[in-house]
Amino acid sequence: METKANRANLKNLGDIPGLSDSLSPEKRLEIFRKMCLVRSFEKEVIKAYDAGSIKCPIYLSIGQEAVSAAVSAFFPSDLIFAQHRCHSVYLAFGGDQGKLIDELLGRESGCSRGRGGSPGLQDEKIGMIGHHGLIGENVPLAVGAALGDKSKKVACFFGDGAAEEDYVFTSMGFAVTHKLPVFFVCEDNNLAVLTEKAERRSWDLVAAAKAIGLPAVDISDDPWLISYHVKQLASNLPAFINCRTSRHHWHTGTGVDSAPEWDRLEIVKEQFLAAGLGKEIEEIENQTKESADQLWRKHLEKQ
Amino acid sequence: MEKTLRETIREISRKHLTENNGILMGQCLSAVGWVDNTVPDCAGTVELPMTDVAGAGIATGTAITGRRPIFVIRFQDFIFLNSSFFINYAAKAKYLFGKGVPVFIRLLAKEGKGTGPVHSGVLHSIFMHMPGFKVCAPMTPGEYEEAWKVFMENDEPMLVSEHRGSFGQKEELANIIIPDADITIYAISMARFSVLEAVKSLEKEGIKCNVIHLFWLKPLALSEQMMDPLRQSQLGLVVDPDFEIAGASQSVAYELMTRTGFSVRALGAEDRSVGTAENQENTTPKPDKIVKVIKELVRQKYEKKSINYHW
Repeated sequence: METKANRANLKNLGDIPGLSDSLSPEKRLEIFRKMCLVRSFEKEVIKAYDAGSIKCPIYLSIGQEAVSAAVSAFFPSDLIFAQHRCHSVYLAFGGDQGKLIDELLGRESGCSRGRGGSPGLQDEKIGMIGHHGLIGENVPLAVGAALGDKSKKVACFFGDGAAEEDYVFTSMGFAVTHKLPVFFVCEDNNLAVLTEKAERRSWDLVAAAKAIGLPAVDISDDPWLISYHVKQLASNLPAFINCRTSRHHWHTGTGVDSAPEWDRLEIVKEQFLAAGLGKEIEEIENQTKESADQLWRKHLEKQ
Repeated sequence: MEKTLRETIREISRKHLTENNGILMGQCLSAVGWVDNTVPDCAGTVELPMTDVAGAGIATGTAITGRRPIFVIRFQDFIFLNSSFFINYAAKAKYLFGKGVPVFIRLLAKEGKGTGPVHSGVLHSIFMHMPGFKVCAPMTPGEYEEAWKVFMENDEPMLVSEHRGSFGQKEELANIIIPDADITIYAISMARFSVLEAVKSLEKEGIKCNVIHLFWLKPLALSEQMMDPLRQSQLGLVVDPDFEIAGASQSVAYELMTRTGFSVRALGAEDRSVGTAENQENTTPKPDKIVKVIKELVRQKYEKKSINYHW
């Protein structure tokens, strides 16, 4: 049974040795940069929230950055549907950072004019459709959008809790029936607020997805592994990847209960060091930190 | 030859599908007579699986891509399963994200003949309660065409409360305004027909009634022309097939009272569940009941008695 205590093993789920070597250093560094962008940006979110500058509830992606970083690198999407924990998706796919800051600060200049807040991000330029805050409703909406315009590739992110909403599976099944171009991605952190999966259900998400005819894999949030499977599956949509990942903070807010099961960013950094790319990743980390710091400072000063 | 409401709905839908890149979705569309012969047999109709909740979400998703879906709900009671996507996404999207998500929600009512506890309701009132919707109850071909035109010219979802009992209707329904009327009746949905029958009976008994047909429920467009007859008769009644308590009838009566200062009563479905047996039905107020209520109201008016709010 998967529990928080034993799930550290899942950080290697589905491992294929030597996969990182199949990607060019440039591509790997591009994915790493996206991960650092989210981490640096959200460290500034924490500062602003704890200082009282952000007054709306926030849903941090820290710890889960690799999923959207890798998917966005290999699945250029026309439409993107995510749910409440969506900063990482918005940033990895190239959403406007300044508008996200303003959104979190509740300003009219925010990406949803201050009306959507942390869970309700949209950016027409990247095709990201705003979420209203009800988990999993983004799944039938994504499927409907793919039905409405079959020429568009649709990415749909949701969590392991949302997967239990009754309308999620039936929508995935509808996508299979109508062969709709949707890439479903579950960011499986094992938690619905703080209730673990084993307490909520006995069935396996990927087995259930396969049973309704959806090509599906159950893997860790290793970005090279995700990249590999996205490339494999993207040509035969709809498809589904379930990524075991680790949420570092509370469901909402900046609090932390205990050490995370793993930190994918640190694991990836070690891999880069071993590959002799220490200088490059140090530069990326410094750049993203400095950039986030400056951007937040600039926007906070407007208050 | 004039078209029926049924033919009007079918032809509007056909044109939308064949000329506007529209889409029409629902369950069991082709089965049992194409939803009372209101759905066209042409490309663009999508048979949904029997998943009420997800089906509404998928329809809402097609609206995001500009397809302006017609979503068919064969029985109004099913709306409780469908409604989250309409209430929480389609109706809020314009405010939240600056872009409307227009879905044309056809909500069909049927009553009598043992339709029972979950197939006989008229439930448009819950949508009047929610922001972001337009709500109407067209009973004639002309009204349906107007509803469709307004839908196409705006980017909000629209709840269209239909009633199968009116699908054969060809003629438009004009307001009845007569001098020195004793009461002004505001009628909604299928109650418009039972009110017209009741008024004929009342006339024979010397009670004169104005009748104002209410087709748009939200926004509730009460023009001065619609309220002047009430000012003249100084007594009103709103009749609606939906539940009376916290429903359209009470809401409209309150609005009329507030705006005119005259007493307006509400008459809708009773506050009880419905059984399948004929004597357990809870339908649109029937003409005899409307007659009884109006006679009592008019009697109280002239005796200057305080009005009893319990029928």
